[in-house]
Amino acid sequence: MDLNYSPEEQAFQLEVREFLQQHYPKDIQDKVANGIALKKDDYVRWQKILAKQGWVAPGWPEQYGGPGWTPVQKYIFDEECGAANCLRTVAFGLVMLAPVLMKFGTDEQLEKYLADIYNSDVWWCQGYSEPNAGSDLASLQTKAERQGDHYIVNGSKTWTTHGHYADKMFTLVRTSQEDRKQKGISFLLIDMDAPGVSTSPIVTIDGMHVVNQVFLEDVKVPVENLVGVEGDGWTIAKSLLMHERTYIAQVPRSKKQIERLKKIASEERYNGKPLIEDASFKAKISAIEIELMALEMTNLRVLSKISAGEAPGAESSLLKIKGTEVQQAITALLMESVGYFAFPYNKTTMTEGWQEDPIGHPQAAMLAPHYFDWRKSSIYGGSNEIQKNIMAKAVLGL
Amino acid sequence: MNLEFTEEMVMLQDSLNKFVQNEYDFETRQKISREGIGYKEANWQSFADMGLLGVPFDEQYGGFGFGQTGLIVVMEAMGKGLMLEPYLASVVLGGQLVQLAGSETQKEQLLPQLIGGELKLAFAYVERQARYNLSDVECRAESKGEGFVLNGSKSVVFNAETADKIIVAARTSGDTISQQGLSLFIVDPTAEGVTARHYETYDGLRASELNFDQVNLDADALLGTLDQAYPVIESVIDSAAAAICAEGVGVVSQLRQKTVEYLQTRKQFNQPIGNFQVLQHRAVDMFMAEEQMRSLSYLAAIKVTEGESHERIKSVSAAKVYLGDARAIVGEQAAQLHGGIGVTDELDVAHYVKRLGLLNTLFGDRDYHLQRFSQQ
Repeated sequence: MDLNYSPEEQAFQLEVREFLQQHYPKDIQDKVANGIALKKDDYVRWQKILAKQGWVAPGWPEQYGGPGWTPVQKYIFDEECGAANCLRTVAFGLVMLAPVLMKFGTDEQLEKYLADIYNSDVWWCQGYSEPNAGSDLASLQTKAERQGDHYIVNGSKTWTTHGHYADKMFTLVRTSQEDRKQKGISFLLIDMDAPGVSTSPIVTIDGMHVVNQVFLEDVKVPVENLVGVEGDGWTIAKSLLMHERTYIAQVPRSKKQIERLKKIASEERYNGKPLIEDASFKAKISAIEIELMALEMTNLRVLSKISAGEAPGAESSLLKIKGTEVQQAITALLMESVGYFAFPYNKTTMTEGWQEDPIGHPQAAMLAPHYFDWRKSSIYGGSNEIQKNIMAKAVLGL
Repeated sequence: MNLEFTEEMVMLQDSLNKFVQNEYDFETRQKISREGIGYKEANWQSFADMGLLGVPFDEQYGGFGFGQTGLIVVMEAMGKGLMLEPYLASVVLGGQLVQLAGSETQKEQLLPQLIGGELKLAFAYVERQARYNLSDVECRAESKGEGFVLNGSKSVVFNAETADKIIVAARTSGDTISQQGLSLFIVDPTAEGVTARHYETYDGLRASELNFDQVNLDADALLGTLDQAYPVIESVIDSAAAAICAEGVGVVSQLRQKTVEYLQTRKQFNQPIGNFQVLQHRAVDMFMAEEQMRSLSYLAAIKVTEGESHERIKSVSAAKVYLGDARAIVGEQAAQLHGGIGVTDELDVAHYVKRLGLLNTLFGDRDYHLQRFSQQ
């Protein structure tokens, strides 16, 4: 067992670090560090810089423009990005759809979509959940009926992140009613500007608009927008959910947030001393650090298995649960660190160009909205209860 | 021993529940919260008409003399309805400071007006550097002639924007953090040298940052004994902390009820999700937390009334620790069990969750009260 990076890996780490120092835009870095709401342009700008460097799609095979990194190199890249407060690339096109197209798409589809995803010229969103299909995703009811060389799509999708920014949406739709609900589902690509597609904003607990409900009313979709075989959508959806396992735990990001927490706690005062010297507050930080330490090592063990050529199993569920629990615990402690000064709420403090004097600690205004908003992390991507069901079945055989 | 409410209290409870039902549906609440002063003046008058503003005060000033038991009945209803009116700021904090520390003249001058709804109070005690330490006071009042001159700042003063008078805790002698040398002053917010920055809090209420720059105060602005305000402040804050534990019970009972309803109606995997044992147990955890909170809130009310400080501090801090636990056991669980819809602005659940989060911090969070309990 050896935790150290090889000389080649160390050189790579340095290369990434230097690149980020030179090319990651400072204004975006400030936004991420201070929890300011991000705009589509921020993502596009950063992803184009990464694309130019050839690093925007670490998970892609080299033949499609991937950098050909080892799993350890991918991990190092994530780690350095976290440490530099990098904006996470938007997963819908780059991480979720592209690998599906590579595995199930036609040559024409690859030709048509891949370059635009790579260059962030076309923005994708995900149409999976429906108002009545959440944890039980396979019960989805959005219908696609074949009429000649088109599908006519009717139904509604919800929790569509960035739906209001997106040019296109990859969806799961029902193309036939079968004995098992997992059958008869198809994977379909829909233009967001097609007639009959409309989005309605969903304002979340933090007062912000990131997610949407998408309505599909007699939307005409050409049959060439079907990915894979009609009725095979569930298999495709499952393969998509298996991607990027080690990414899910977000260890580097949590490390950065603990640094931020310690900084705020050393600047806030209590009983005439820095808050961080308060024994019980310090113990709470330590408890999270221990959880994160275990998570990081578990993450590395999974990585080591992948490097050795093993296909990991349900560890992704463990990483998702523990990862989100740590993230949530940090947001709670961040909010607690500023005491009463978490109370003032001003939506505009979460947007760029805010110039007023802060009330209390300069970062205080965003901490309560983030704590409440981050409750979503144990709900999305398959709720933590569903992840436990998966582990009970797949790992423990219960 | 009898732990049942008297008939009077049951009547008070009934009329409040009716008020919440008729006047305070969630949509109305959200509309009130987002406009103007953040609460409805007509509701305040209804409070006065119902006698709510006189609940804790002696009958000789026009109050009901219901004490802390009356307050917990009102505050539980405030929690159930997520009500926005400045009851905590004006009656529980401001009015009780006057009742406990005021001279006969001050009481006769202020309490009947307060009870009638013509006068609103706020209490400025938080400071930037103090966190939850009530004696960490830098705001200073110096003697000047017959009166005083006030300098310094106060933070997160609830409902200062609409208060006619603000009671300010200031240092008149002693070192920072010393419990000795604190005094209370009644300050006119329109006086020269008082500036304010008003804002919304994340649960939809209103608070302010206040600054005092050479504010001249008359001798009769002093509320209570010079330099000896700390025990008064601590005792009234304890009463208020016990009151918000009751408010927390109201919030938690709504969250538990709404979550159980959701578990019964939301179908996934061809059945109500309430059929799943793991979710049933979580709902039961919420129910048990609610009952235990209610118990500690009653105990705190009794001990606040009896007034012996050691017992009072222990029981109030115990109730407050439980309120802090409820943020996770009830608040976070309610959001989780509702799924995505539980973290949207349009559903009332999110707003109960936010209020519960704020109540944990108010008057000292879970860690503060655990420490305070352990030091007794």
